[in-house]
Amino acid sequence: MPGLCTILLDNESIRRAVTRISHQLLEKNKGCENMVLIGIRTGGDHLARMIQHRIVEIEGIEVPLGIVDVTMYRDDVGSSRELRPVGKTEIPFKLGKRNVILVDEVLQTGRTIRAAMDAIMDIGRPASIQLAVLIDRGHRELPIRADYVGRNVPTASEEQIEVEFDSSGQAHEVRLLKP
Amino acid sequence: MKTIIKNGRVIDPAQNIDAILDVVISAGCIESIAAQVQPAADDQVIDATGLLITPGLVDIHVHLRDPGYEYKEDIVSGTRAAAAGGFTSVACMPNTNPSNDNKAITRYMIQKAELEGYANVFPICSITKGQQGDSLVEMGDLKLAGCVGFSDDGLNVEDGAMLRHAMEYAQGFDMPIIAHSEDESIKDGGVMNEGPLSTELGLTGNPWVSEAASVARDIMLAELTGARLHICHISSKRTVELVREAKQRGVRVTCEVTPHHFTLTEEAVRGYEVNAKVGPPLRTAADVAAMKEGLRDGTIDAIATDHAPHHIDDKNMEFVYAAFGMIGLETALPLSLRLVDEGVLSLNEVIACLSCKPANVLRIPRGTLIAGAVADIALINLEHTWEVTRQSIRSRSFNTPFEQQSMKGKAVMTLRAGRVVHKEI
Amino acid sequence: MAFAHKHFISTKVLSREDIDLILTTAQSFKEINQRDIKKVPTLRGKSIINLFYENSTRTRTSFELAGKRMSADTINITSASSSVTKGETLEDTAKNIEAMDADIIVMRHPASGAPDYLAKRLSRCAVINAGDGAHEHPSQAMLDLMTIKEHKGTLEGLTVAIIGDIARSRVARSDLYALRTMGATVRLAGPATMLPPGLDKLGAEVYTDINAAIKDADVIIMLRIQLEREGGSKLLPTKREYAQFFALNPGNLKLAKPDAIIMHPGPLNRGVEISSYVADGKQSVILEQVENGVAVRMALLYLLAGGNDA
Repeated sequence: MPGLCTILLDNESIRRAVTRISHQLLEKNKGCENMVLIGIRTGGDHLARMIQHRIVEIEGIEVPLGIVDVTMYRDDVGSSRELRPVGKTEIPFKLGKRNVILVDEVLQTGRTIRAAMDAIMDIGRPASIQLAVLIDRGHRELPIRADYVGRNVPTASEEQIEVEFDSSGQAHEVRLLKP
Repeated sequence: MKTIIKNGRVIDPAQNIDAILDVVISAGCIESIAAQVQPAADDQVIDATGLLITPGLVDIHVHLRDPGYEYKEDIVSGTRAAAAGGFTSVACMPNTNPSNDNKAITRYMIQKAELEGYANVFPICSITKGQQGDSLVEMGDLKLAGCVGFSDDGLNVEDGAMLRHAMEYAQGFDMPIIAHSEDESIKDGGVMNEGPLSTELGLTGNPWVSEAASVARDIMLAELTGARLHICHISSKRTVELVREAKQRGVRVTCEVTPHHFTLTEEAVRGYEVNAKVGPPLRTAADVAAMKEGLRDGTIDAIATDHAPHHIDDKNMEFVYAAFGMIGLETALPLSLRLVDEGVLSLNEVIACLSCKPANVLRIPRGTLIAGAVADIALINLEHTWEVTRQSIRSRSFNTPFEQQSMKGKAVMTLRAGRVVHKEI
Repeated sequence: MAFAHKHFISTKVLSREDIDLILTTAQSFKEINQRDIKKVPTLRGKSIINLFYENSTRTRTSFELAGKRMSADTINITSASSSVTKGETLEDTAKNIEAMDADIIVMRHPASGAPDYLAKRLSRCAVINAGDGAHEHPSQAMLDLMTIKEHKGTLEGLTVAIIGDIARSRVARSDLYALRTMGATVRLAGPATMLPPGLDKLGAEVYTDINAAIKDADVIIMLRIQLEREGGSKLLPTKREYAQFFALNPGNLKLAKPDAIIMHPGPLNRGVEISSYVADGKQSVILEQVENGVAVRMALLYLLAGGNDA
């Protein structure tokens, strides 16, 4: 692979970031009553599951977990070069009056989050939507910001961020690729 | 002044000639064929070195669409296409509008060809008035007008008694009945050969039986009446067998095959190729092999094109609605010459199937270079390769499945009564 | 990812991967149909023309709902007459539609090969075959496969019996190719007058005894019999006799595997090809087929309009 590769977060620092985010969202929401986690497929769903496990460890409560696939809501359907596979949205609970914690791995333009919010609003009317991301790399194109951030990483637009998950869905490394 | 065609390989199957010779033409007729003729000062000399000199080819099955459908073809464009294909005589089918069931139309066709055409036209008149299948045409009068046979081509004569009496009556005037043999009720709306491919394409199939059953009836009626029967464009293996057996029994039956029926299989239809939609349909590889065997053993008397020009507006539509037929005058010679390469027929036999043999079927006084005959002559370059394109085809229509295919062999000069009507050398 | 085809005309050309992609995508879209608000913005601004030269309430409605649930603009053009009798050629009709910048033409036509003809003459528009003559009905095959897979978990190794007027059935052909590609065994059965030549060459096992076809089958697909069509009485004596020898009823259903499912592309001729006891029984999944039809058509519209070749 050409270019440089820097490890931004290793296994241990990811674990710490997830722990911190979990504490922060429990604190802000005063516990986890009415809380649901919705991960954005794919990547965000694994991260959401990690947060769900951490909250079990902290509070002893399993917060409901859903997965949203935003492909149908993307603003570039039919104009991007490549056809994106449509994944399943699985939200097996009612959203009304719930506080939705939307989880994604990397926040950049904000377009995915916009699509995810539209998808969620089509399914129900939550009390609130909050956003948790592992990495915020900047370059926003929409007025969107995250409520919980694992790490802010200033990047150049041509750089890439890769979050690697192991087979059990645990993130174990975040890398920055420079071309 | 004479015209002398020199140094060509003269092939005249009617006289069993195949040698490098000169052909001397005088007053529109063949004067002699001899070696090393010394031209006089005022003689016109055509150098045919490296070329075949054959009788002008004879096609006993064409549709010239004139009168009535001149937007598809007319006598001028159709005979122009004939000349370009090496044909100097064509017998044209009566399914014009009005149909050729009377002396006026017959005379019109002959005269228009004489005055404006590039080849001789020998009209075939309908068997029944308007090809309606219910009353006989004036066969005697039509014979006097120049008609060479009777056919309701395009349609089968479904009524057995009608056909029987037509045969009897025609026989009384020593005229042949030319049968488009397809049993319409068995055909049952079929638009291609019935088989796995018609099943796959979801198209109604026309099984070989529609032809063979009708041919069997027609042969037996010919046997009963003693009439001369010529069967058009045979397509199925079983039909060849029926004709072979009938000939062995002495029935006065002849038949023809089109170049497309010995060249293409039903696979040409795949992709709903409308230009491969013909009646009778293209059939299987076994049928194609049977056509070749029939040509080889002489069961099949003639190669005829069934040149059926259609305007693009009659073809460019859903397969089931598209018209039947393809043009053939300009591709017949190279397609027939492939039979030589394949070892099916000798070159002499191919020329015979395109000249003297079809002429004999309809007793047309053409198809040979014998001294005294009308000087209808084709000069053929066997090595000339060319591509079938809209530009290279003279017919007014271009409904051919051979589009953009390479052809080998071409009539590079065609003479009608000693006069050059086509030249591309 | 890309869908390997610009048009969707036949299942014969589909690979295993193509079919897997269609079925997976359809599963994703199926969820939308179970929501309160059954609409996603996916194909916003796309125009889909349903060009129907043959009456078909079911298929047309299904495609229309599929398009509308994805926010496409869907227009129905229904003409009972063929283009020939209407005086305008199919090519002219289609080119006019394309000139209005439609993205997809969904066509039903009585002439086999009409969608193929159209696809060859259009430059931008994608063509979906919604049934052409006796040729193919590929979206029906996809919804059939989806329904089977939901019940059986797989298509590989299944035995599927398709019974009825095979000669005139575009559904039978499309099902046959797709099921064979996915590794199923396909038995085609019906009165001999309704079995066209060469079905074995197309990969089917052929039966004139429907009991033999049903025996140990995992799936039974019954086809509609149209005795009223022209020449129908040359093919079959009576509906009564058809029902006696070729209908699915509780008796012969016992020959199939106990968990066999029963399907029918509709509309049903109750008491002719299928007994009401069977059509409304536990093993019938006929209404699930209809439900899956919308999801499959959403998937097809997405796969043909969701990418951009340019």
